[in-house]
Amino acid sequence: MTETASHSLTALASPSSILPKVGLLARLGRNLGRWLASSNPWLNLLGLGGFLILWHLLTTTLKVPLFAKLPGPWETVKEWFSLNPVYGISIFTLEYYQHIGLSCLRVFLAFLLATGLGVPLGLLMGWKKTFSDYSFPLLEILRPIPMLAWVPLAILMWPGRESSIVFLTFLGSFFATLLNSWLGVKSIDEAYFRAAKCLGASESLIFRKIVWPGAMPYVFTGLQISVGYAWFSLVAGEMLAGEFGLGYLIWDSYILVQYPVIVIAMLTLGLVGSISSLLIRSLGNFLIRWKVRESGQ
Amino acid sequence: MTRGGAISVRGATKVYDPDGARVIALDHCSMEIGAGEFCVVVGPSGCGKTTLLNAIAGFHELTAGEIHLNGQLLSSPSQPATPGSDRVVVFQNGALFPWMTIAENVAFGPMAQNKLEPKQAKEAALETLETMGLSLIANDYPGRISSGTRRRAEIARAMACHPQVLLLDEPFRALDALTKTVSHQFLMEVYDRERPTIFFITHDLDEAIFLASRVFVMTTRPATVKKILEVPLPRPRDFRLLASPDCQRLRAECQAAVRAEALKAFSVGERER
Amino acid sequence: MLAFYAKKLVKALASRSLRRGLFSIAMFLILWELSSRLGVPIVGAIPAPSDVFARLITELTNPYYWRSWGTSLTRIMTGFIIAQILGAPLGLFLGVSRKAKAIIFPLIEIMRPVPPLAWVPVSVIFWPSAEMSMIFVTFLGAFFTVVLNIVEGVSAIDERYLRAAASLGSSPRDIFWRVMLPASLPSALVGMTVGMGITWCVVVAAEMIATNTGLGYLTWRGYVAGEFPLIVVGMLSIGLAGYLSSALIRRIGLHFTPWLAVR
Repeated sequence: MTETASHSLTALASPSSILPKVGLLARLGRNLGRWLASSNPWLNLLGLGGFLILWHLLTTTLKVPLFAKLPGPWETVKEWFSLNPVYGISIFTLEYYQHIGLSCLRVFLAFLLATGLGVPLGLLMGWKKTFSDYSFPLLEILRPIPMLAWVPLAILMWPGRESSIVFLTFLGSFFATLLNSWLGVKSIDEAYFRAAKCLGASESLIFRKIVWPGAMPYVFTGLQISVGYAWFSLVAGEMLAGEFGLGYLIWDSYILVQYPVIVIAMLTLGLVGSISSLLIRSLGNFLIRWKVRESGQ
Repeated sequence: MTRGGAISVRGATKVYDPDGARVIALDHCSMEIGAGEFCVVVGPSGCGKTTLLNAIAGFHELTAGEIHLNGQLLSSPSQPATPGSDRVVVFQNGALFPWMTIAENVAFGPMAQNKLEPKQAKEAALETLETMGLSLIANDYPGRISSGTRRRAEIARAMACHPQVLLLDEPFRALDALTKTVSHQFLMEVYDRERPTIFFITHDLDEAIFLASRVFVMTTRPATVKKILEVPLPRPRDFRLLASPDCQRLRAECQAAVRAEALKAFSVGERER
Repeated sequence: MLAFYAKKLVKALASRSLRRGLFSIAMFLILWELSSRLGVPIVGAIPAPSDVFARLITELTNPYYWRSWGTSLTRIMTGFIIAQILGAPLGLFLGVSRKAKAIIFPLIEIMRPVPPLAWVPVSVIFWPSAEMSMIFVTFLGAFFTVVLNIVEGVSAIDERYLRAAASLGSSPRDIFWRVMLPASLPSALVGMTVGMGITWCVVVAAEMIATNTGLGYLTWRGYVAGEFPLIVVGMLSIGLAGYLSSALIRRIGLHFTPWLAVR
């Protein structure tokens, strides 16, 4: 072997199989096929169907006490997809989309602000000890206060409801983003920093090539959590101070005894919330390909 | 083709003081390593070998003593060394940046030192990988390749900076025996080609004898040099050398020296660090 | 004993990190006071720390203030404990049985993204008393987190442990009690800590929206009645209460998972 050492080394260094470049659609199709082939879809349907039937029985057919006051599934769906809704909210009314649109806009604005401030601050705190010495104690004092305890203060601070709702929503996502960005830098193996210094990297290069990509997985986890919190606090803000938006719609329908609309708004909130976190997850997976490949091994 | 890189460690002492429990990692340790010499350091687990390596690399300062590089003061308590590309480290658990491809990793050093533009650095990296027989994995992420290949790629990354000193901290520790011998071959080829000074830490005595020009046997903590073994075997070396009587005799000698220390460390349950 | 702590304090004060932290907190308080006194827009609307402190002192002797603590704590504990009692077995069951997971999981996945507060009206409609609806919303806040974390904990158990237990001759029952349960405990504890945080958030908001008792309402009353320092007193109390309950969970958790403690 020694005679041909370098040759055999080349051969040994061959890479593990290169990932075939599968299109997104093809992959989705394959997953769908696998899902249908298992016994899961039927069990899933059984669960959902059972729940709907139970809900219907309890509220509409049997009118069990307590449950009788709640809107049944059929009533809700009929209203949701009605061309001519009794309470004025269905997928064919403009008002429904105005509520959704305004809530989305608020979350988007707040999320953008929280990310723009939280990520840089968090990275800096994780990276520079001096900075974290000064800022960490403040953070530790403010953080345990639940974001919804800020509601009255937010209303007091900001002129107008709009800015106080956005501020509340911002608070909800800010701390999660900040904390996860900080954790992200802390999670980077000290050896990477040492290696970079060994190889002669300047501070700015270390930031761009080590801190930024290394913290990325945590940052995106943080963003996903933070968008959830944003929706969470948005609902509270809108219930207490809104004039529009899905949270307001829920509260307003409660006051006006339009119960099916409550359920419609709740389900819509869940749907919009899932879509927003899905969007962030896909963006994250796209940006952190190295991690996906690493764990794919 | 020597480019300097003589290291002189004089009375190096390092005391850690976490929570008031004084731990003496290094105690008046001295060693002279010639330029272009392949020096291997063996000793029981947690004896302070890595502490010495980190001090040379410039990751932390000494409590007492001095380290010189090419006759110039590199590190002392009042003037701790800073990490630099003349002394590149290959880390115990590997530190290839997982978010960069192998080629980007190898290009990192020259680019970071502003020696080359990113594009040239990339080309130079591909060339380096080619000479080292690693060109097939150039565009893979580290997470996708085997740990043995990762080690070789990390050595390639270090050598792309053409350092005077290459510091290796148990680089082949986690590899299986077969991959290990191949990796030894790889490191030997790199050494014979460029002759950097090598400071190599290991537990593996076969590895030590096979690679080294001189083996430094360390005592258990606090570490000092217990014994220095010359390994006058000719280079380039071949794996069959290990079976030779010369080699066996050296190994036995080395074993005798290190065993007593290992027993001492074993009895106090020294933890890996 | 005293000497020991004094020595520790002196040593801590010698640390640069601590000095820097104290400095930044002091600066924060001074800036806050100044901005409030000078009427800086937006930030200046927050009552000054000196007023807050004065109010806090008077509240400390006010039985109403302490009753608010009691009410909120009772709600939290009740909702949280029910969430554990129902959530932990469900989580374990879903983690062990594939079929059950396939049946029940989609429902959880649909309900989870609905923010807990959106449940307040439904809960108020459903439950005959305000207190019950309060506890229900609190329960929901913690429930999903608890279930999901346990399911994740059980599915993430290293196959090697199960095989090791089986090859050492354990019965399935033993495997469940001595391997699965302890192995999923750390993840369950994480779920509890996170759940506790969400629970406080939910209780506070729900108290503002739908009742007139508890720390959340105390804070809201500060706003409605125009006693603005009370708002900050309420916020700080809630922060402290939340912090203490998380610390308690971590403490209990550490007791049950001694192997996680670092040397």
